[in-house]
Amino acid sequence: MNFGVIIFPGSNCDHDCVHVLEDVLSQKVTQVWHKDTSLAGLDAIILPGGFSYGDYLRTGAIARFSPVMGAVKQFAEGGGMVLGICNGFQILLEAGLLPGAMLRNRSLSFICKDVHVSVENAATPFTGRCEPGQVLKIPIAHADGNYYTDDVTLSQMKAAAQVVFRYCTADGKVTPEANPNGSLDNIAGIINAAGNVMGMMPHPERSAEEVLGNDDGRLIFLSMLDALKKAKLKTVLAS
Amino acid sequence: MKPGADIITKDLIAQHGLSDEEYKKIVEILGREPNLTELGLFSVMWSEHCSYKSSRIHLKKLPTTGIRVVQGPGENAGAVDIGDGLCAVFKMESHNHPSFIEPYQGAATGVGGILRDIFTMGARPITLLDSLRFGLLDRPLNRHLFKGVVAGIAGYGNCMGVPTVGGEAVFNDIYSQNPLVNVFCLGIAKKDKLFKGLAAGIGNPVIYVGSKTGRDGIHGATMASDSFDEASEAKRPTVQVGDPFTEKLLLEACLELMAGDLLVGIQDMGAAGLTSSSCEMASRAGNGVELDLTHVPRREPNMTPYELMLSESQERMLMIAREGREEEVLKICRKWDLSAAVVGRVTSDGMLRVKDNGKVVAEVPAKALAEEGPRYERPSAPPAFQDHLQSLNFDLLPDVKDATAVLLSLLESPTIASKRWVYQQYDHMVRTNTLVRPGSDAAVVRIKGTNKALAMTTDGNSRYCVLNPYLGASIAVAEAARNLVCSGAEPIGLTDCLNFGNPERPDIMWQFILCIEGIKDACDAFNIPVVSGNVSFYNETNGLSIYPTPILGMVGLIEPADRAMTPWFKQAGDQIILLGATKEDLGGTEYLRVVHQREQGTPPLLNLETEKTLQHCVLRLIREGLVRSAHDCSDGGVAVALAECCVTNSLQPLGAVVKLAAGPLRFDSLLFGESQSRVVLSVSPAHCEAVLRKAGEAGVEATVIGTVGGERLVVEVEAGGRGSGCRIDADLETLYDRWGNSLERSLTHP
Repeated sequence: MNFGVIIFPGSNCDHDCVHVLEDVLSQKVTQVWHKDTSLAGLDAIILPGGFSYGDYLRTGAIARFSPVMGAVKQFAEGGGMVLGICNGFQILLEAGLLPGAMLRNRSLSFICKDVHVSVENAATPFTGRCEPGQVLKIPIAHADGNYYTDDVTLSQMKAAAQVVFRYCTADGKVTPEANPNGSLDNIAGIINAAGNVMGMMPHPERSAEEVLGNDDGRLIFLSMLDALKKAKLKTVLAS
Repeated sequence: MKPGADIITKDLIAQHGLSDEEYKKIVEILGREPNLTELGLFSVMWSEHCSYKSSRIHLKKLPTTGIRVVQGPGENAGAVDIGDGLCAVFKMESHNHPSFIEPYQGAATGVGGILRDIFTMGARPITLLDSLRFGLLDRPLNRHLFKGVVAGIAGYGNCMGVPTVGGEAVFNDIYSQNPLVNVFCLGIAKKDKLFKGLAAGIGNPVIYVGSKTGRDGIHGATMASDSFDEASEAKRPTVQVGDPFTEKLLLEACLELMAGDLLVGIQDMGAAGLTSSSCEMASRAGNGVELDLTHVPRREPNMTPYELMLSESQERMLMIAREGREEEVLKICRKWDLSAAVVGRVTSDGMLRVKDNGKVVAEVPAKALAEEGPRYERPSAPPAFQDHLQSLNFDLLPDVKDATAVLLSLLESPTIASKRWVYQQYDHMVRTNTLVRPGSDAAVVRIKGTNKALAMTTDGNSRYCVLNPYLGASIAVAEAARNLVCSGAEPIGLTDCLNFGNPERPDIMWQFILCIEGIKDACDAFNIPVVSGNVSFYNETNGLSIYPTPILGMVGLIEPADRAMTPWFKQAGDQIILLGATKEDLGGTEYLRVVHQREQGTPPLLNLETEKTLQHCVLRLIREGLVRSAHDCSDGGVAVALAECCVTNSLQPLGAVVKLAAGPLRFDSLLFGESQSRVVLSVSPAHCEAVLRKAGEAGVEATVIGTVGGERLVVEVEAGGRGSGCRIDADLETLYDRWGNSLERSLTHP
């Protein structure tokens, strides 16, 4: 598969995503500069973490105006898979591709540590390899990961199973203590209604190799690969 | 046309921090009086900060060569060969004065400066470590400074995507009026693609890249070469403001420029900005540089040549490009939205010539600025209080009664307590190389594309240094090396950051000279070269000087990478072995400070041969796969080391049952004394005999002192014939709470 990793000025997890896809999972990766306007030939898009435009003004607020974002919108509207990790998630929120917004962490500080998340929806193309309720250990590293949205949107999202990950304890309990940043309803990751655009604050690319202490994050990328292969097969069969 | 004349008064000379003698030398070099701009150039370049005028003759004593050394001191950073065609490029620098005046920006720009030193060399920075010294946290000002500095380091390093993987924080009231912020950075470069600060090739264009120049930081280098008093608050405007986003763009642009064949030299505009970068590059190449300030990108109108040359605006680089490749350079800079302009040419006449609006406004031999500054062999003499400091009659101090309570109070001393509150604010995982995270004896990062990993640590015990500067400094080298060895690494290079008081005082010079000798002798013994470094003098406020604080940043190589070792216990049933001998070493210990409120005595003795033997033995045992954990004994002695082995892996704490024989020792010496050359190992029962045998063959004292397991740490001390012994008994939860949460508690609920 050919993954596009978008590089905004200030992205800093771009190399890590490329490393996992190329070196760990042997996939093809195209690094897409934010001033590019075409995503032709790409099977899935990843918006990596970092500090696009220095996070000045508000996280993701400037990056959403980058020339490439028009193409990302089109790609998503056409059903293409888009994954936003950390700052990538924040950009997807600002771009309106996902509902809600990010507030400053409850502690007001940057937090870098391993957290546990429970898989609330295992039927997405990003979580197909997981069991429902499975607990994944994946690190977070952010200052603005305190997810917020209004009550109506939240209940709609819940009804449509759009909450994909929630912060939980090591044994899977979703408790206030397990919530590292104050996120509404312990939300760590969500998906759009169409089911092809996902944002998550934890960094799966940092936990995709056993040598780094755990490889739970790999399941996200493997799930994406499964979904892409299935879609390709369908296209082939249909033709 | 000659530079215009200004009236240079005695006051003006003094304001520029120049002595009468130094001014005379300037007139001699120029053959005339300088104008104001030229006086400014000399002022910054001949400041202590840039010229090392009080330290240079002593720094020359340090060993700087070795088979792995690719670049020693004198460049932006040092470099050592790590094989596979790669080298590790590293350096440590202080940003003490700015951090005291404005903690967030002071620390942030410190990080920015050291990062530029590394990527200037063509290396991609892969790790940061920070070594902090602050006053005790019961004072609100100290909490404010500490929180601000940590936030500043986090703000800059996190945004850059360079993980802060380790470091240390030590708390002592001597730093209340003068905290220390030392930052270490390491990058990886191809050995044959190292870049240097050389203005080579007559006619080559000089290109300015990065942020626009403003009026910030003018005379920062001069400020850093002065002591503090009540008026220092007013110096806040001389602290620069960092912009990590621009620095990130600058990093990527520089590495992209270096990948092509476009540049012949590059240097960052750090202290003394445009002045130091231009004259140092010219001087190293034996050439001159002509700058035309008209083209310098600027943030404010009406800046004078004096201001432009002395500004310390951050995130700027000066590059020497190949003639004819200017447009390619500028194009890459535009891609990264950076200001860039051709601002001059390399010349053959050895002069730094500065033009503005067609007029020559300064003309000074580059070498005179960069290399011919004054050198002082300042007088030295021991402080009057030295004998008093070293004498301590231990018979007057009662021995420990409740050893459990002492252990808990040591664990919550902020110097010993977990620094989790600090490092959780640092992104320590980005770049996905971090094999051993903060909280171990050393941080370990893998080198992608190889089978290797690097371990790195910063160390320095200033209490030892004030009591005995020579011994304190050699212990710092030994401890840094021991930390690396306990992580499974062979030490391969060192950078030093030497923080001292006012060098014009003989007692400070005495401390400085002895510390250098201590570092030198230890480096010689362990065969570790010093490849880069930094000196920070004038760390004193209202006449009160800090303790002599040499901080060492040491780098070690682990091959294969999976031989990296960690300090915490792994498996119930494992045998605990103490390597090395415990002696009556209470002088200068953290125990004395915390329990008896004394910072006195003679620091632990260090026998370099014994230390070397121990380190070889530990490294061999780890490499042969015989060891499950290894932890250096340092602050708080063997009792604290054991407690740390139990709880540093908070996900899987493991207790231990230990028996120690006091023999002739006091109980407090046995438990909390800081005898050097000791390491706590845990080994599987199957390997215990082999470990003891190999240690014996190497001549290292090795004693099985207990077994891993259970929910408590129990240490029984047998008194022998001297009546009843003593005992430590604490459950893991209490141990973890006191060690793990104290720092956070003292900052959030003082």
